Parts: sequence; structure tokens; C-alpha cells
Amino acid sequence: MEQREGDEAGGEFAIRVRGLRNSFGDQVVHENLSLDVRRGEILGVVGGSGTGKSVLMRSIIGLQHPDEGEIEVMGHAMLDDSTDQLAIRSRWGVLFQGGALFSTLTVAENVMVPIREFYPAMERQFRRELALYKIVLSGLPAEAASKYPSELSGGMKKRAGLARALALDPDVLFLDEPTAGLDPIGAAAFDSLTKKLQQTLGYTVFLITHDLDTLHEICDRVAVLADRKVIAVGTIPELLALDHPWIQEYFNGPRGRAALQSRDRKA
Amino acid sequence: MLVLFGQIAHSLNAMADFADFTLEDAAGDALNVHFSGVLVIETIGDLPQQLGKIEQSIGAIDLAAVDKIDTAGAWLVYRLGRDSGAEIRNMSTDADRLIRAVGDADQGGEVRPEPLPPFLRIMGQAGEAVFNAFNSLIGMIAFLGEIIIALGGQILHPGRIRWGATFRHFEQVGVTALGIVGLMSFLIGIVIAQQGAVQLRQFGAEVFTINLVGRITLRELGVLMTAIMVAGRSGSAFAAQIGTMKMTEEVDAMRTIGVSPIEALVLPRVAASVLMMPLLGFYASVMAIIGGGLLCWITLEIPPVTFVQRIQEVVPMHDLYVGLVKAPVFGLIVAMAGCFQGMQVRGNAEEVGMRTTAAVVQAIFMVIVLDAFFAVFFTEVGWG
Repeated sequence: MEQREGDEAGGEFAIRVRGLRNSFGDQVVHENLSLDVRRGEILGVVGGSGTGKSVLMRSIIGLQHPDEGEIEVMGHAMLDDSTDQLAIRSRWGVLFQGGALFSTLTVAENVMVPIREFYPAMERQFRRELALYKIVLSGLPAEAASKYPSELSGGMKKRAGLARALALDPDVLFLDEPTAGLDPIGAAAFDSLTKKLQQTLGYTVFLITHDLDTLHEICDRVAVLADRKVIAVGTIPELLALDHPWIQEYFNGPRGRAALQSRDRKA
Repeated sequence: MLVLFGQIAHSLNAMADFADFTLEDAAGDALNVHFSGVLVIETIGDLPQQLGKIEQSIGAIDLAAVDKIDTAGAWLVYRLGRDSGAEIRNMSTDADRLIRAVGDADQGGEVRPEPLPPFLRIMGQAGEAVFNAFNSLIGMIAFLGEIIIALGGQILHPGRIRWGATFRHFEQVGVTALGIVGLMSFLIGIVIAQQGAVQLRQFGAEVFTINLVGRITLRELGVLMTAIMVAGRSGSAFAAQIGTMKMTEEVDAMRTIGVSPIEALVLPRVAASVLMMPLLGFYASVMAIIGGGLLCWITLEIPPVTFVQRIQEVVPMHDLYVGLVKAPVFGLIVAMAGCFQGMQVRGNAEEVGMRTTAAVVQAIFMVIVLDAFFAVFFTEVGWG
């Protein structure tokens, strides 16, 4: 949404990370890591296993307290005690890897949880309607609303998780490996859904993925995590121009080339 | 004339945003609705109720004064337009796009599945419970058969016995349980002696407290309480261990490699439970007698030497046999219930928890039912 840009605190960046350090015991995961995510972009985050992609996301959304560093989301300093954490939490949505749906609630009730939590005074019927259209918007059939998570396939769980993440019309959406475990058709459908919703609703997407097709298809920029920090951020051609062995191997390996070719064929 | 009502809702981050609407007389009896301000989920508040109070027909919906809109606001506008048939005017490109998107997503749906009528639901649940109980009985018998066959195989080929796993389970089931079983039995012995003494004192027969403690712990409580404790400690652990291995496909992997899960997982646990139960049960009885003896010494002033002499006189040897015959049977039931339920796990983590609970409940229930049968049986054969 163009109107939203610039009219809220935080300037052109939705997320700013400065000098982040995370460690577990002796093992240092991040050291002096910095990253900017622009408003309204889809930023892909890649890195080898164990480079701390999920830890970075958990630090930003406050599930992991970093040793050092500054994190700003929509202009709010996350690690500052005076910041109203609750107000920021209503401005983002998170899709966890397995969907993380509440198993005792139906899909519609799952979507209603954040709405009820933040806006308890909202009329019941209106709240239900909000949940129902968000479910359809996330690409689920309307009948899925009254189903329990155990009755859904993996792909449907992710869509239901997406509907819950979108419940409050977030400014920032965090997606943790959204296409992992989906078949190629389901993964491609989820990619195009992510892109379409992002264009319609205009939010910023922080997307962790291993899926090279996802990176090529929908990401505006890609951030590469290695050596405990973000070693490069840019479009894929920009990254390819860099002479870093890991980046070269990642995008120019057999899988990387196949993904690139498939995108070129479509174009 | 402008009729103004509506409300001001402050957003959570205390920005001066608010959503509002005004009504304007239009042609005929109709009203035009003018929305203004920031129409997002934070600011909507009770606008849906207020819009619902409008009784006149609505001519047009005007969004010229809307600064910002999200899908919740778009839904509010779309729904008003849908229900009244009014035209929506002066949309920004954002508003147009969002209203179109939520309109496309307007496909109804239910929040919860339709509940069945209570009668049908209760009948259904009862039927399901009977069916499950029957299935699990058949399953247990089949499982016992599998264990016996595997046991036969191991006796014929002793080289296949997994001594390491078996001894580790001996330790888990037996040695590490000594503390808690001992403490529990000691306290139970004290309670029985104390309560028995209070009642028997009414007849001046306090000395029979010794008979009570000696016989009831050796015959019944020592083994029974130990079985319940082992079900809670080890039966549940068996179910959770095997269930988790089932869930992570370790059990399937074993099968494909040619290792029988019954031999590798179930037999060591069953052997440990069957062999450790008599030892633990006897130990528990002794601890209970010590507890009872201590209480007799302190409150009834029966010295330990007299207590032990009396125990020898009043407790027949077959009381010990009764306890020792029951113990391995209880051990088998506890281990079988645990392993059987563990092997039944399919799919998710929730089921591991459910099956673990089922293993403990089933084991304790069957132990108590069988104990009742044993009581009648031993009385009939003259070990009363």
C-alpha cells in the first residue's frame, strides 16, 4: 500500500538490525550482524544449515534475546524496555515452519485468536467474517474454515497458518521456509499466493527459504547469511556478480542453474 | 443536513488515527454514507454495530475522505455495499484493490463444524468406545502371541538375546526404583499399622496389628503398590520411548534392516519387568514390615525382637508365595501394556502422550482386576 509508506515511523526500512550478536554457550551464531529490510519488499534470507537464519528471525520477533545489538521493527526499538512490545506484535504476522496451528481450535478459530486478543470489543459476527474472508484469501476453500488442523494436509496447514499470520493486516510478514515439505506444484502455488497477497496488501515480507525457485520467482532482494553475518544483500544478478565461493556454489550449482533456467523459460 | 454520529477509537500505538462516518440525506428516503479517517482494524471499533443501526436504505458509500484502509476496513465497506446494494464512490486505487480482493474472498463458511444432536453424539461415542476396547483386547492377545513366538525364537537361538539392552532395563526398572518404592512401602507400612492399631485397640487386641501388617503387605499391598509404581515409572516410559521411535520411523527402519522390533525393543523390557517385579515386590513388603514394626515399637511398645518373632509365628509361608506368584504376572501386564500402546502410535506427538496415558491406565486397571481374581483363586486352593 503506497499510502502507508512513509506515513509511519521508521522511514524507508521496515526492519533494521545493527551489530547483532547471538550465542549458545561457546557457539557464536551471529557476530556483528546488520541487515536492513525495505518497506514493501520481499526479502529472501538464505544460508547454509546452521548459519542462524531461524535464530535471526526469532531475534527480530523477540523469541530469542540477543547478547548484543539493536533491532528496529517499523521504527520501534525492539530491545528497548520502554517500547510497547504489544503494539508491535499486532503489526506483524509470523508463519512458522509447520504452521504451528492450535490443534484444539478450528482453522477459523485459529485466525480469530489474534483478532480477539487485540480487539476484544470487536463485534462477534464481524470478527467471524474477518476470519472467513482471510481464509479464502489465503487460498483455502471456505469449507476448510470449520476443519481442525489434524484434518488438513501439509500445504493446507501452511495456508491456514498464513491466514492466521494475516489476521491483523500486518505491516511485516515473517515466513519460515514456507515451501519446505510441499510438492513442487503446491510450492509454486504458495509462491504465487505470497506474491499476489504481497502486491494486494502491500506488506513487507521476511522470507527464510532454501527453495531456489522461490528466490527467483518472488524475492525482490536476497540476503546471504554466512560467517556469522549477512555477507551480501541484493538482487540475484547482483549477488552473482560477487566473487564469494558460497554464493557462487549456491546459485551456480546444478540446482541453482536449473531454477534459473526454469525462470528464464517462463519469462 | 449532516447527522453526525460515529466514534473515535484511538489506535493501540496511540496515533491520532480514527475511523468515522457521517450520514447525508440523498434522493428519496435514502442516506449516503461518507467514511473518513483511517479505516483499519485498530480503528474500526464498534463501527459495525453503528452501521447496523441504520434503518434507512443507503444510496451511496463515499470513501473520498478515507486516508488509509486495510482489508478489515475494506471488508466493512464491501459488506455495507453488499447488504444495501449501494454504489461505492471515490475509492482510492488501494481501496479499490482491497475491496475487490475481499469481495472475491467472500465465500461464506462456518467457524465450527455442525455439532451432531446430543443423542447421536453420545451413541456414537459409546459405540466407538466399545469398538476400541474390543480392538485393543484383540490387539493385546495378538501382541502376547508375538512376544511368545519371539521368546521361543530367542530360546532356540540364545545368541540373538540382547543382553546389553536387557541389563540396562533391569537397572531402569529395578535398581533405580528402589528409592521411591522403598519410601512408599515404608510409609504404607506405618499407615496400616497405625490405623490397624487404632481399630484393634477397641478390642484390646493391639497385638494383632502385627498379623495385619505382616500378612497384608506380603500377600497384597507390597506387590500391588509396586506394580502401580512400576506402571507409572516404567510402563509409561516404555510407551513413550517406543511411541517416539514409532513416530520417527525408527521402528520401520529396524524392520527393513531385518531386526525384529519385538526382539530388540519389547523382549528386553518385558524380561526386565517380569524379573524385577518379584524382587521389587518382596523388597517393598519388607520395607512395609519395617515401617509397621517401627510404629509398633514407638506407639504400642512392642520391641523389634518380639515383632519379628511374632511375624514368624503368624505369617504363613504361603503368604510370601502368593505375593511372589502374582509379581511376575503383574510385571508382564505392565510391560505389555506399555510396549503395546507404544507400538500403536501413528502420526503425531499428541498421540504419544495419549498412548502413554492409556498404557498406565490400562496397566493399573488390569493389575487390580487380576489381583481380585488371584485373591479368590488363592483362597479356593487353600492358601487363605
